[in-house]
Amino acid sequence: MKTRLSGRVFLSWLIIAGLTGLFAGPAAAAETIKLGVAGSHSGDLASYGLPTKRAAELVAKEFNAKGGVLGKKVEILAEDDVCKPELATNTATKLVSRGAHVVLGHICSGATKTALGIYKDAGIVTMSSSATNPELTQSGKYPNFFRTIASDDAQAKLDTDFAMDVLKVKKIAILHDKGDYGKGLAEFARTFIEASKKAQVVVFEGITPGAVDYSAVVNKIKQSGAEAVIYGGYHPEASSIVIQMRKKKMGTLFISDDGVKDDTFIKVAGKAAEGVYASGPKDTTKNPLAIAAIAANKSTYNTDPGAFFLNGYAAAQALLNAIQKAKSTKYEAVAKALRTYPVDTPLGKIKFDKKGDAIGVGFSMYQVRNGIYVEVPAAVTAKVKKKK
Amino acid sequence: MDYFLELFLGGLTRGSIYALIALGYTMVYGIIELINFAHGEIYMIGAFTALIVSSVLAFAGMSGPSVLFLAASVAIIYSAAYGFTVEKIAYKPLRQAPRLSPLISAIGMSIFLQNYVMLAQTSDFLPFPSLLPELTFLEKYGLKIGSSEFIILVTTAVSMVLLMLLIKFTKMGKAMRATAQDRNMAMLVGVDVNRTISYTFIIGSVLAAIGGVLIASHIGRINFYIGFIAGIKAFTAAVLGGIGSIPGAVLGAFILGWTESFATGYVSSDYEDVFAFVLLVLILIVRPSGLLGRSTVQKV
Repeated sequence: MKTRLSGRVFLSWLIIAGLTGLFAGPAAAAETIKLGVAGSHSGDLASYGLPTKRAAELVAKEFNAKGGVLGKKVEILAEDDVCKPELATNTATKLVSRGAHVVLGHICSGATKTALGIYKDAGIVTMSSSATNPELTQSGKYPNFFRTIASDDAQAKLDTDFAMDVLKVKKIAILHDKGDYGKGLAEFARTFIEASKKAQVVVFEGITPGAVDYSAVVNKIKQSGAEAVIYGGYHPEASSIVIQMRKKKMGTLFISDDGVKDDTFIKVAGKAAEGVYASGPKDTTKNPLAIAAIAANKSTYNTDPGAFFLNGYAAAQALLNAIQKAKSTKYEAVAKALRTYPVDTPLGKIKFDKKGDAIGVGFSMYQVRNGIYVEVPAAVTAKVKKKK
Repeated sequence: MDYFLELFLGGLTRGSIYALIALGYTMVYGIIELINFAHGEIYMIGAFTALIVSSVLAFAGMSGPSVLFLAASVAIIYSAAYGFTVEKIAYKPLRQAPRLSPLISAIGMSIFLQNYVMLAQTSDFLPFPSLLPELTFLEKYGLKIGSSEFIILVTTAVSMVLLMLLIKFTKMGKAMRATAQDRNMAMLVGVDVNRTISYTFIIGSVLAAIGGVLIASHIGRINFYIGFIAGIKAFTAAVLGGIGSIPGAVLGAFILGWTESFATGYVSSDYEDVFAFVLLVLILIVRPSGLLGRSTVQKV
């Protein structure tokens, strides 16, 4: 009985194998460029992953309408990892075995990290639209990894470089609101300042969000002789601190992040907001490619773009463009093309640096002038870039 | 020394605000042994009312101290009305109920008022105009004390003195003291206890509204949630000083304000709350009824 049963199981396996072989046969014969798309397509974090998937489909459609890549149609292989690192290895193995030439993904940093080793061994270029963990590119462990989003420390880098190279301050006070976002930024800022040795961190403190007043910490800043404050956190506390500093007639410069680059900050802080610097994402609303991509998304899927849509769009374009330019789907050729040829995307003209971060993507510095945030002229920021 | 003085004055300002709110907690507790968790919300409503009134007046073209006066008056009346109504709706029907019931009712009232303001107004932070006038004569004292800090200190001091006179020398004050000592006996000798309790709520709310207007002008922003943290801190101050005791609440508030200010100034603002609550625990270990609290025998 037992042997007969296992015999039957074996037989059914044979049949299934035969059938899949039958279906796989003609598909393989058609020769497509397979773009793997991995990320959270279901579950709690689906809203992070689905926009990138939609973007990839739109880009594939666009390329196919123009005759495909290297004369072949682009095919999307979508795999769901639910943003879980333990599932991401499965997802990656599946994509590799399905023959993906390049992979767009993953979405969450943790999942991306566990999947990358598998792609690296298989020699597949991987590009994420949303994984911001600095280590992914900076550790140098994953030469096959690229991304179209700025890493978590990019803002801190911009803020500190701006303070030290453009504003030329020597004594900096760093404050944060003890939250993940604010504290993370503050710690990166401290690391960068201490590593550069161009300035000194005189105060490094967390404040209590929602406290009745911040006069004590403002006194401390005054006492420390800091020329600039770098604040990691959101606008409500930032406005209180700035108001109290200005009431005490302190001219200390105030530099913050995109939690403060919010019009509510200007509304609340009023006159005290004048001259405050805040870094924020580069403005893409005027980029015609971005407008077109968002319109295409609206007409095809009838939804809003969602999180990381433009980053996903840019990543898919960059990957397919690199294959086109490299005239091959081989790992070295594609990776080299990504680093050599700039490509026009909704995020602007981008190419990738040695580590895999996109050049031209990320943050700009803004300053409050006459009640609105104005981008600090590119010439000033370019000076920062050169010094890097 | 200058730095010490600045921290001292900063702590004093902060303590004054805590004191204005803490008095409401401690008076209500003293009289009906209820922790009125909705008290922080009365403070928030005071600030919101002042914002609305001052915006309307500013729109009508008024400016200067008259705006402050009108906005503060309306805020005080409005908050007092809220305090009165909250007591009538949420606590009075539960006067004979077990002590836990009005407590739950108070928490419910607090959540209700927060959400009511959030829905009726906005959940965003709103800018609060600096209503307090700039006092030029303070400039020669350097920048140790700003105008708004000075005004907060003076207003608090005046409010405290008035409150003390009211409790010591008026008929209502006498009735309040009698009700606090023994409600039933007070009733027997002809004190209108319900009216006395209403007055207590009204006086507490007036002080909270004054605090709300002052601190909102000082820090320049408000939202529906400001009452929560201020309320918790003021409650802590009231417990620290001995809940039920009026001088205790003031003392507790100043100690709390100074602790926070000096902890931030000399150690780190990361530990501001840690120091404040460690102090609370230490004091309660040594003096379980608070600094000036009476170690009361359970009333029968």
